[in-house]
Amino acid sequence: MAKKLMKGNEAIGEAAIHAGAARYFAYPITPQTEVAEYLARRMPEVGGVFLQAESELGAANMIFGAASSGKRVFTSSSSPGVSLMSEALSYITSAELPCVFINVCRAGPGLGGILPSQGDYFQATRASGHGDFHLIVLAPSTVQEAVEHMMIAFDLSDKYRNPVMIFADGLIGQMMEPVDFDAIKPGTPADHSAWATTGAKGREKHVIKTLYLNPLDNEAHNRHLAAKYVEITKNEQKHEIYGGLGKPSLILTAFGTSARVCKTAVDVLNEEGIDIALFRPISIYPFPAKALDVLSRKQHVKQFLDVEMNNGQMIEDIRLYTRSAKPISFFGRQGGIVPSPEEIIDEIRKVMIVDKPKKKAAKK
Amino acid sequence: MQREVKFAGFGGQGILSAGKFLADGALEEGKEVAWVPSYGPEMRGGTAYCTIVIADHPIGSPVVNTPYDLVAMNRPSLEKFENTTKAGGFILVNSSLIPDRVTRTDVHEILVPCNDIAMKLKNNRAANMVALGAYVACSGVVSLETIIAHVPVTFARKPQFVEANIACIKEGAKIARQALEKVL
Amino acid sequence: MAANTIFEKPVAMTDNHTHYCPGCTHGVAHRLVAEVLDELGMRERTIGVAPVGCSVLCYNYFDCDFLEAAHGRAPAFATGMKRVCPEKIVFAYQGDGDLASIGGNEILHAANRGEKITVIFVNNAIYGMTGGQMAPTTLPGQVTTTSPMGRDVELTGWPIRMRELLSSLRTPAYIARGSIHSPQESIITKQYVRKAFQYQDKNTCFSMVEILSTCPTNWGMTPTDSTKWLKENMIPYYPLGELKTPEGGDGNFERMTGISE
Repeated sequence: MAKKLMKGNEAIGEAAIHAGAARYFAYPITPQTEVAEYLARRMPEVGGVFLQAESELGAANMIFGAASSGKRVFTSSSSPGVSLMSEALSYITSAELPCVFINVCRAGPGLGGILPSQGDYFQATRASGHGDFHLIVLAPSTVQEAVEHMMIAFDLSDKYRNPVMIFADGLIGQMMEPVDFDAIKPGTPADHSAWATTGAKGREKHVIKTLYLNPLDNEAHNRHLAAKYVEITKNEQKHEIYGGLGKPSLILTAFGTSARVCKTAVDVLNEEGIDIALFRPISIYPFPAKALDVLSRKQHVKQFLDVEMNNGQMIEDIRLYTRSAKPISFFGRQGGIVPSPEEIIDEIRKVMIVDKPKKKAAKK
Repeated sequence: MQREVKFAGFGGQGILSAGKFLADGALEEGKEVAWVPSYGPEMRGGTAYCTIVIADHPIGSPVVNTPYDLVAMNRPSLEKFENTTKAGGFILVNSSLIPDRVTRTDVHEILVPCNDIAMKLKNNRAANMVALGAYVACSGVVSLETIIAHVPVTFARKPQFVEANIACIKEGAKIARQALEKVL
Repeated sequence: MAANTIFEKPVAMTDNHTHYCPGCTHGVAHRLVAEVLDELGMRERTIGVAPVGCSVLCYNYFDCDFLEAAHGRAPAFATGMKRVCPEKIVFAYQGDGDLASIGGNEILHAANRGEKITVIFVNNAIYGMTGGQMAPTTLPGQVTTTSPMGRDVELTGWPIRMRELLSSLRTPAYIARGSIHSPQESIITKQYVRKAFQYQDKNTCFSMVEILSTCPTNWGMTPTDSTKWLKENMIPYYPLGELKTPEGGDGNFERMTGISE
């Protein structure tokens, strides 16, 4: 199959089928409804399951039931819908069921707007629901990367028996870009027969539950989950460093769509001989702390400029993992506005600390 | 190389599909491309627009506030976006529906009576194809042959529309070339 | 020569002692379901879904695969499981707070989609686990901790008849109401439960059996008084019987209830 021009939402749906997860439960909400529309047509062709639920609450809880079979299942929504799904996310994570959730993030709070946003960073990385748990969260910045992340997401969720969230936004969902399905490598769904509820034939019954009335049992369960997050944090940090002329003094930090816009800003300024680079977290949970720590200790790195489509959420992780050792400033657009490369460039010029006496020659 | 064009008009004019056509053509020629729509309630009958970014390198920001070219299919689109395009680019004006002229002097104005041409070719709904042909002919971002070759692919399920649409694309291209000669 | 066995524990039940209060009828309801699973030979391909409420731990008593649902979401859990494993038997076991209040939307839409699942709906007109609060099914004038002067229908509306509500849906279904306040009624109720699972097995329709049940602890009565109270107060408001069958078509609603009068 050659490259094909696809809407992000449709590509995400197709990717799930490639990943062996032709089982989807969801509820319409802009700007991700095309996932459901696409799969409503596509699932019958591949013998998959498509069900439009009565609400996001229903959809997410159907995912619990469906994932209990051990088969690959997924759902998608956008910010207000993901809030409704937070109940199920907490239960599913506690029950350690593999599955994939997609948030095509739109501007909030409340009903907000339908345009692209990264306002759910805290929700995705810190507060996806009640209790002490984490999702694995991947943040693609192109349609092709979203497709690749779908493959990784199902594999990771199998490996750790933990839900994985793809954190996209309205732009990735709505725009069309070339997608190459030949370039992706779907993993093999894991064998979950040791715990899946498929009927107690010739074995002890399997019970999937999240209630631990004995506090010691519940503490042990929480510690078990915590140990898993330590493993995940150790193994699954992903990031990209983009641009720079050898010794960048200013590091842009951004993820997803805003990172993509930053790349253009980096290209333009590198061309002018201004040495800046971009640090892009690809996994936002676990946050790529090790790489950022290393970067922040480099002598030539003098400052960070964090760019997000919100009021500054990931910046807390930037402060944390750079130990605030260098100045960190913030540039954000809210309300559904994607920042332009020009305004990021203006901001860089405004905040950039310039060594006065020495004149540095830009070299490749 | 990177070039951006905004197609703008009202819902129902086939703005998004004309843009998709161009994006498909660019992809077929092995270029990098992004098609970014306006979406939401404004799609349903109000202003519709999309931006197509075509490049020979991976595309950074797909959101472009100052596109190189503009294809304005109705009057509000011209009013809204005339001053957003880059100097030196083309502004293609659908003169069937827009009595105004481009006021800027640092861009190339191309007047194409898209609806009149479509009507003349008895394909009333294909003003967008006229505009597409016209834009491709004057910008050269993709070859006209690629676009024409793509028509049977897009209309695979409605083969009866293939010829009429090709005619509109070709006529749009012809008119644009004539207009271009006057401009350049 | 060994004596003939005339009574034994269903295979689909475990040996665990239940945590239910003395006189609670959950145990009877469990037993009816387990006997039916045994008789229909379904245990090894059955997945149960437990609610939140007194019967949250019912997976300790049923010997089949089980999920423990979030509050009210058991029909959504069951839907997800059944849709990806249509060859399995999936049932949800829910109380009245769980099904009729917090899970009202989930049960409504599972029934309306005609999910091929079975719902055992235990209605004892009160919240049990949280300690006796008013449920949507609490009777007018009934005293609970959140209706200490008795339920005032002017303030809180009338009790919801879930059997009637769901039977009004156009989608074919099997919907019945039985009671377990006496052995005779328990036998009839078991027949309803059996039919419900059979309809699922034949992939015919959604099925729900509402079971009127007692809560001596939160009603503040002896078990004997509770069964009497159920009979005298609940049954007049919640009449027993099959209200909707898939064979009955759309017209059976009025015929079976006489509600048009």
